[in-house]
Amino acid sequence: MAANTIFFMIFSLVAIISGFVMITRRHPLSAALSLVVTFISLAGLYGLLAAKLLFIIQILVYAGAIMTLVIFSIMLLNVQEEDLPAEERIIERVSITTLILLPMIYIIGRSFTVIKDGQFPEVSQDFGTIHSVGMFLFTTYSFPFEVISILLLISLLGVVVLAKRRI
Amino acid sequence: MIAGLQSYLLVSAILFFIGVAGVLTRKNIFIIFMSIELMLNAVNLTFISFSRFMNNLTGQAIVFLIIAVAAAEAAIGLSIVILIFKNKDSLSVDDFDVMKG
Repeated sequence: MAANTIFFMIFSLVAIISGFVMITRRHPLSAALSLVVTFISLAGLYGLLAAKLLFIIQILVYAGAIMTLVIFSIMLLNVQEEDLPAEERIIERVSITTLILLPMIYIIGRSFTVIKDGQFPEVSQDFGTIHSVGMFLFTTYSFPFEVISILLLISLLGVVVLAKRRI
Repeated sequence: MIAGLQSYLLVSAILFFIGVAGVLTRKNIFIIFMSIELMLNAVNLTFISFSRFMNNLTGQAIVFLIIAVAAAEAAIGLSIVILIFKNKDSLSVDDFDVMKG
């Protein structure tokens, strides 16, 4: 077995298990910490797929910035055991969710029958590097890139407006 | 055995369904928020696998934009959650009925 496959199995198993742990924890802080593990192993999967820039961005922005913001808010609110929702009738909701998601197994099975040969082609050495993705973003995708900066500015202003008022 | 495109799509689908299950079953607003983040990441994994499969950088550019949108969404969403928690003193989505939805 190739080393690539072994790393793929480790990263995907860790991602799936800690994702499942995330939705089953009672306290949001434990859930947030296991979601960080999911994001880091997803970064490993991105690295296996030769996405070098996104590997760094996933760790810096997702596991670093966004999850720090989530953990910071949970700690800022000082969530106690009695603040947590009761999660009543959990068995009913879990069974209904299972019923909804069961047909999706068919869709997963389709991905194995429709895509016959899923082997990845050889790519050049600079595929997914900061240079190549940066050139692509600043030439072909320069307009969406600028729009994103306006979106971030609006969200910055929105947070300030929300933080200053009482509803 | 070498992990091909199907294996990555399978992992992505499982992560997406875990996120859907979290949104459908839980009442805690933070868990629902993090399940949405998990679904976004599952879609990102699909984009990157197809980008590698097609030998085309468009998928990675889109993932870059999705991560920026997720950061903006996290900032706004968490500030709204903090405001509602300060007013309602609860984290349950059942109590979040300011807009009579």
